[in-house]
Amino acid sequence: MAVERAAAPLATLAASGAVARRQAVSRGSRYVLLGATLIGVAVLLFLGYETVDQGWSRLSIDFLTNYPSRFADRAGLRSSILGTVWVLSLTIVLAIPVAIGTAIWMEEFAPRNKLLALVQLNLANLAGVPSIIYGILGLAVFVRFLDLGPSILAGALTLTLMILPMTVIASQEAIRQVPSSIREGALALGSTRWQMVRYHVLPGAMPGIMTALILAISRAAGETAALIMIGAFTFIAFDNTSVQDDFTTVPVQIYNWTIRPQEAFRQNAAAAIIVLMVAILTMNLAAAIIRERFRRP
Amino acid sequence: MTKTVEVAREVEGRLTATETLPATERISRPAETPIIEVEHFSAYYGAFRALHDVSFQIPERKITALIGPSGCGKSTLLRCINRMNDLVPSFRREGKMLYHGLDLYAKEVDAVEVRRRIGMVFQKPNPFPKSIAENIVFGPRVNGMKFNTAELVERALRQAALWDDVKDKLKQSGLTLSGGQQQRLCIARALATQPEIILMDEPCSALDPVATLKIEDLMRDLARDYTIVIVTHNMQQAARVADYTAFLMMRPDRAGELVEFGETEQVFTQPRDKRTEDYITGRFG
Amino acid sequence: MMETTPRRRAPTADDLRRRPMRHLNERLIELALAACATVSLVTTVAIVFVLFSETATFFQEVSFQDFFLETEWQPLFNPVSFGIWELVAGTVNVVIWSLVFALPVGLAAAIYLSEYAHPNTRRILKPVLEALAGVPTVVYAYFALTVVTQDILIPLAGEDDAIFGDRISFFNSLGASLMLAVMILPTIASISEDAMANVPRDLREAAYGLGATRLEVATRVVLPAALSGVVAAVLLAIARVVGETMIVAIAAGSTPNLTLSPLESIQTMTGYMLQVGLGDAARGTVDYQSLFAVGAVLFVMTLALNIGAQVLVNRFREVYE
Repeated sequence: MAVERAAAPLATLAASGAVARRQAVSRGSRYVLLGATLIGVAVLLFLGYETVDQGWSRLSIDFLTNYPSRFADRAGLRSSILGTVWVLSLTIVLAIPVAIGTAIWMEEFAPRNKLLALVQLNLANLAGVPSIIYGILGLAVFVRFLDLGPSILAGALTLTLMILPMTVIASQEAIRQVPSSIREGALALGSTRWQMVRYHVLPGAMPGIMTALILAISRAAGETAALIMIGAFTFIAFDNTSVQDDFTTVPVQIYNWTIRPQEAFRQNAAAAIIVLMVAILTMNLAAAIIRERFRRP
Repeated sequence: MTKTVEVAREVEGRLTATETLPATERISRPAETPIIEVEHFSAYYGAFRALHDVSFQIPERKITALIGPSGCGKSTLLRCINRMNDLVPSFRREGKMLYHGLDLYAKEVDAVEVRRRIGMVFQKPNPFPKSIAENIVFGPRVNGMKFNTAELVERALRQAALWDDVKDKLKQSGLTLSGGQQQRLCIARALATQPEIILMDEPCSALDPVATLKIEDLMRDLARDYTIVIVTHNMQQAARVADYTAFLMMRPDRAGELVEFGETEQVFTQPRDKRTEDYITGRFG
Repeated sequence: MMETTPRRRAPTADDLRRRPMRHLNERLIELALAACATVSLVTTVAIVFVLFSETATFFQEVSFQDFFLETEWQPLFNPVSFGIWELVAGTVNVVIWSLVFALPVGLAAAIYLSEYAHPNTRRILKPVLEALAGVPTVVYAYFALTVVTQDILIPLAGEDDAIFGDRISFFNSLGASLMLAVMILPTIASISEDAMANVPRDLREAAYGLGATRLEVATRVVLPAALSGVVAAVLLAIARVVGETMIVAIAAGSTPNLTLSPLESIQTMTGYMLQVGLGDAARGTVDYQSLFAVGAVLFVMTLALNIGAQVLVNRFREVYE
């Protein structure tokens, strides 16, 4: 060390010797780390390319409007798209009031006590429960015990329970963003707590709540395991007309086609993935736009 | 401004305060009918006592200022008058707060009913992120009043001396106004519910001097029809606008107590308590 | 019609009294909202009740010892055997191999985003990375089977079907683990990055003041200081792998197998559950009940992992906030 130090010209502050080596390693590390960060993105792009490459030729109006079939080139997504739309619409209808109601109660009405802490802890834990557990819950309670069968209603109830925790937690976050001065202002004018929530807290939190809901629905749109457990892995060759109908969804159809050994069905799966990903990316984009648009200054 | 200078000179000229006033002599009863009577009022946040045994009377259609060093409990006292402190989970109180002789903290009294009669304006202007007109209409609407929107909005805005500034942009968001205008909008919003009393919690502390003077002029105008209670850390402001002044201070246990209450002129020129004198001559606080 | 001056009449006691109708209305709304909040509590109770009541009947058929001490899981053929360890091994197998890939990459990404990236770069990269978490797992499953295994691993193995001398089966843990790694990358990177970003500035400045380079500050000061946050991220990632169904069910096979090799066909707990779900197991059969017994084990595992992560995150917050 001493020799090295003596060798360095004292007139400059340029790094030399061990310091220079350490600096070089550190500078080099930037690119290695950046590379690691981009791996995920690169994999995503590569897979996206592979999928489009595989499935693009199968995409057509017929593919979207045909019922499933034993023959890969005649099979289509008609019943699974309809089933997805039915089950997601019903999930939205069920989840919105319960999720927003829960979040409002917890943030604006609940006494700050042990019970509230328990509800909060419970939500955090439910958010981490695997979807297949929600699936067997749905199977045991909705399909068998309540005897709803493998119906759209049973599917929507299962998905509602599944997305509820994450929706509530994100909605609470949105409600907390509403400044307390707005709440005080409303109460000081003689409004009741509910009037305050109805006219000021909810409108203020709505963009955040909508973002949370859209993201949750996009997760439900891709859910497969829970719906297979309640019996959505089935051949549907009719248009759903009621919530009591059996149903299947696009992700379940993708699963169905993926596990077939024939190459032609794999192509169908790739084409269906394109359809599903476009829908999910659109939802995510909508959520991002809402979030940016209403971002508090 | 000149009035303040005069007051300050007078204060220097004739200081007559005794040491510490005995509790019974700390207040001079106002000549006017009291609208609020505070009787042996104490407030707690959990185990912490914020106010210690406060008693005085707030006269009707006058401006009463609550002054004192920060932490003396003046805002707590103000927020007890319209029960805003009920929102703090650990809040508890003892003693009475009478409004026209009715105890505001009686069991059957609804805080919501109290607040529509006793309005409040906050430290930072807090207009709702909605149009100016909607800001005005909100209170009357939730209170189930019958009104003609155009008339109501115009009257409230005129009362708050804001009409000329905003009459062409009633549909604009209240947040587009300047700070002083926002605060006058908040005053207009409070007036629209036709309260008897308006509580103001350091309403000018976020405003520039010009906007502050406008609000003070407005307060003097409003005092013809309304009772106003204002918390301020600014002694000159209290001297300029208030008819009566209550001086609060922190006790050694950090609970706030009332040191002196009387006509503003008397409190500022002939304080009867040594501590008041020290405070207004700037020896502490 | 409208009063032009403020209220003159002094209020009577009645004026300040609660309006019974409005009060009732307000109470009913509050009650309705509280009822919404009970849904999540009821869900938990229902999950626990369903899992454990069916599991209890399962244990009337199958003994505790068989379940926890036997090593063979063979519910369909005689002689039936319900030793959970083969399924647990399958789950542990994919946890280990997915972490082997995701942990270094995820940590590197977290370090880059927290310590190296310009704020604008981070604002763009972080959401892009988090988008990986939004891809449905059935899509990852498709990739794991068709792209990773079929197009990459099998050709890589070449003629003799072997990688490093070991035979690779068409359904294998490696393909699944690689896609699981992509799936949990955002969990590890994003939560670790949050933890690192929360490390106080003065700690970094002190290290720079002592002449440390950026890399040294990142790896020797920031990373250790954020360790509990990083561990929490890893626990959450493990919980996601343990609970993930589609990727392992499609790509890792359905052969209960007591191995940690990445090249063999295995079956995880979730993989088995899906297999039963696909068949139409009649209620009351031991197959149907085994679904809940395995589910109960899965539930307890993920719950423990999630609670562990929460405890660590809370501890981290206490230290620095």
